[in-house]
Amino acid sequence: MDGTNTLVQLVIAGLSIGSIYALIALGFNIVFKCTGAMNFAQGEWVMMGGMVTAALFGVFSSVGLAVVTATVLIGAIGLVSERITIWPVRRPDPMTLTLVTVGLAIVSRSLVMIFLGKMPAGYSGFSGTDVISIEGVTVQTQSLWIIAITLLFLVLMHFFFERTVLGKALRAVSADPQAASLVGIPSSQMLMLAFGLAALAGGIAGAIVTPLTLMTYDQGATLGFKGFSAAMLGGIGNLPGAVVGGLLLGLIETFGSFYISSHFKDAISFAVLLLILFMRPAGLFGRVEVVKA
Amino acid sequence: MSQTAATEAPPAGALPAHDDVRDDAREGTGGTDAAPAARPVRKPRLFARNAVSFVVLWALMIAVPFVAPNFYVVSLVNLFLIYVILIASLNLVIGFCGQISLGHAGFFGLGAYASGILSAKFGLTPWLGLPAAALAGGLGAFVIGLPALRLHGHYLAMATLGFNAILVVLFNELIPLTGGPNGLLGIEPFALGPIALDTDETVFWLVWIVSLVVMIAIANLVDSRMGRSLRAIGGSERGAASLGIDTYRTKLATFAIAGAMAGIAGSLYAHVNLYVSPETFSVFPSIMLLVMVALGGTGRLWGPIFGAAVFIAVPQVLLDFADLELLLFGLAMLIVLIGFPAGIAGLADGWRRWLK
Amino acid sequence: MSGESIAAATGDILEVAGLSRNFGAIAAVADLSFKVREGEVKAVIGPNGAGKTTLFDMIAGVTAPSSGRITLAGERIERMPAHKRVDRGIGRTFQTLQIFTEMSVLENVVVGHYPRGHSGWVNALLRLPSGLSEERREREHAMALLERVGLADRANDRAGDLSFGDRKLLELMRALATGPRLLLLDEPAAGLSHAGAERMMEIVAELNADGLSVLLVEHNMRMVMNLSHDILVIGNGRFIAEGTPDAVRTNPDVIAAYLGEDEDA
Repeated sequence: MDGTNTLVQLVIAGLSIGSIYALIALGFNIVFKCTGAMNFAQGEWVMMGGMVTAALFGVFSSVGLAVVTATVLIGAIGLVSERITIWPVRRPDPMTLTLVTVGLAIVSRSLVMIFLGKMPAGYSGFSGTDVISIEGVTVQTQSLWIIAITLLFLVLMHFFFERTVLGKALRAVSADPQAASLVGIPSSQMLMLAFGLAALAGGIAGAIVTPLTLMTYDQGATLGFKGFSAAMLGGIGNLPGAVVGGLLLGLIETFGSFYISSHFKDAISFAVLLLILFMRPAGLFGRVEVVKA
Repeated sequence: MSQTAATEAPPAGALPAHDDVRDDAREGTGGTDAAPAARPVRKPRLFARNAVSFVVLWALMIAVPFVAPNFYVVSLVNLFLIYVILIASLNLVIGFCGQISLGHAGFFGLGAYASGILSAKFGLTPWLGLPAAALAGGLGAFVIGLPALRLHGHYLAMATLGFNAILVVLFNELIPLTGGPNGLLGIEPFALGPIALDTDETVFWLVWIVSLVVMIAIANLVDSRMGRSLRAIGGSERGAASLGIDTYRTKLATFAIAGAMAGIAGSLYAHVNLYVSPETFSVFPSIMLLVMVALGGTGRLWGPIFGAAVFIAVPQVLLDFADLELLLFGLAMLIVLIGFPAGIAGLADGWRRWLK
Repeated sequence: MSGESIAAATGDILEVAGLSRNFGAIAAVADLSFKVREGEVKAVIGPNGAGKTTLFDMIAGVTAPSSGRITLAGERIERMPAHKRVDRGIGRTFQTLQIFTEMSVLENVVVGHYPRGHSGWVNALLRLPSGLSEERREREHAMALLERVGLADRANDRAGDLSFGDRKLLELMRALATGPRLLLLDEPAAGLSHAGAERMMEIVAELNADGLSVLLVEHNMRMVMNLSHDILVIGNGRFIAEGTPDAVRTNPDVIAAYLGEDEDA
């Protein structure tokens, strides 16, 4: 009985951290599909989501309002970042754009450090009580919030991509930028939208995970890398794959650190990543795209 | 336009006969064997184009131990030269071969820990540690490149990043060997017979000569048959393959050579500092190395020298405003990538041409 | 070696037999068979989407065939990696230029000598004399090739700074530097001015006169009709017709295929 309870607790913990990875991976994939670049700023947006929410919580003293405002703000930062750094690049090949996002990430991180400080930031969970116990299974309420909000966001994203004109246009651009521009879809603005959506996903992830883990200015990179790993796991550029990859990575990490060693927690997830990379390079759900030489 | 009849023997300027049957078959296709060049072709010199200017710069640096106001300045120059090796070897992978690697600090760390552990735990001389470090760095790069380089660019970035992250965990957790987060103590300095190179001024000479040798090797490489083939891959992988270049093997060799060079830098670092700890070799330093490659100028031989100079000098200048350092590096990188893709080396080139 | 002597006797440099390539349920190339005779210029034409690029990619080794055989001078090559096919004598140019923009014009052609070179990594790092003399010969030969197309003056310029037409010539000379027995030209005239296309045609004709076999994909019909000894017409990945330029020009199936394209467009 005890074993089952532990199992259920681990699954819930794994799914909640996995939801965070899924959101980051989703944002990463959206930008990747449109540019072919690895977006290093993705993790910084997650960090900002947490840091900004914490700062706004000090002003509003309402978690809900702080989370929503911060998320929207991070989304806007994504839009602006694209205009300032990606749009002016003269030769926008994936490699140059990847390097540009490295610069963007460093600037984002240092601005947060300068304006919001180096101290860990945090705030209370979204419910009054931190922990609930159902039939002997102890669960952190924030974990449930994370899973629920992620689900809601995914449903909204699905609706956006499948039902709205803008979402369909974005999909068209990411599938074939040249063809899309031929039918009159402005690919530059779609790129801005992609960055905005990616930042939005990152911002939400940061805002909802911070009550569990606290946040500091230098955590963006690690979070971003976990998101990349999840994206690779699910197949890079594959949106549903990002979700499955994220959840899977969260579960692997949680179970791994419980049953093996929490010291090697990061090593476990990256080892899994390398394993996937070498056994099934296209991820669990993608088609292999090997360089032909 | 030269018209060589199909039946004629290849003229004097044509390539020498090569190994096999293939060439006999080729003799019929006179189209490939044009007449000798009417205009003189610049002969390849004994020293590669940029090797000479590296020698001049390094010769100027001989003065450092004599004119430096204090040992601290010398220690900074030592660090600068070590980072020149690091950034130049990464530039080989990114700038010349067009592959993004995010684990260079990891190979640096492999070299540093290999050499450091052999010295501190096994009492081996650094003179053996240095080649062992090159081997460790090169082997690390080879092992990770073996599967990753078969795939598209971002896979290498992800694989090297993951590899680097795992290495950092190992450096931290394999405490009996590495000393864990507290770092590895008890590393012995290089020694020439009875003379230990244990001061910044004495070890300078070792760092000076090793970095010069590495830079000349890189200048040589870039201007050679293999170097051109790896640069061709950076230009267009499909184009390179269409010229008979085995792109996979060439990338792998480039990557392993760069890893070995990072390992050499690691060994120097370990025996100059006499102490290593994991944070020097984590993913963030890898990213900073990437930043310095871009700042200096990707695919420019002189780029890494500028990149390393910026990397060492800026924190000294901003001593009182350390928080601004990161912002400055980030902004500089964005400005370079957006406005001056050829980096500082490209700007310097422009000025030189303008002065002429 | 017996295979090679048979091929030499029959005079075929390239033989393609029953070649197919499927992408999912779609057959990009279906059961194609044809030959290129030694010293011949053969053109492959067909409406857009006919499978010409897939065919080229399979011969060059960029795409693996789903089934069928490719034989170069008696040797089966359909499973050989692209770079080894270059060693066996296949040279190619690209529809979208693949020159090395950051290298000098001369260096671009020097790289083309790769299959005939010997100096390796140790030589590269240490700059040994043997590598240097090899490089001198390669440079001289590369310069001669550049001279052939009037690019010798630009030898030390950055290749990316050349005009589009010059870049196409450079790519051709680079392919020639590999010492090919069969040259695959993917739309050599595309994007060129009338004068540029004429120039390209002259050069290809000269190379062919020197004995080089050419397989050509081209939309410029003037070039196709003037250069080719033989034309293969394909549509939807399938064989439509094959024959001399005059025979193909009047073939009703060919006319139908091209009219069909107009209807679609």
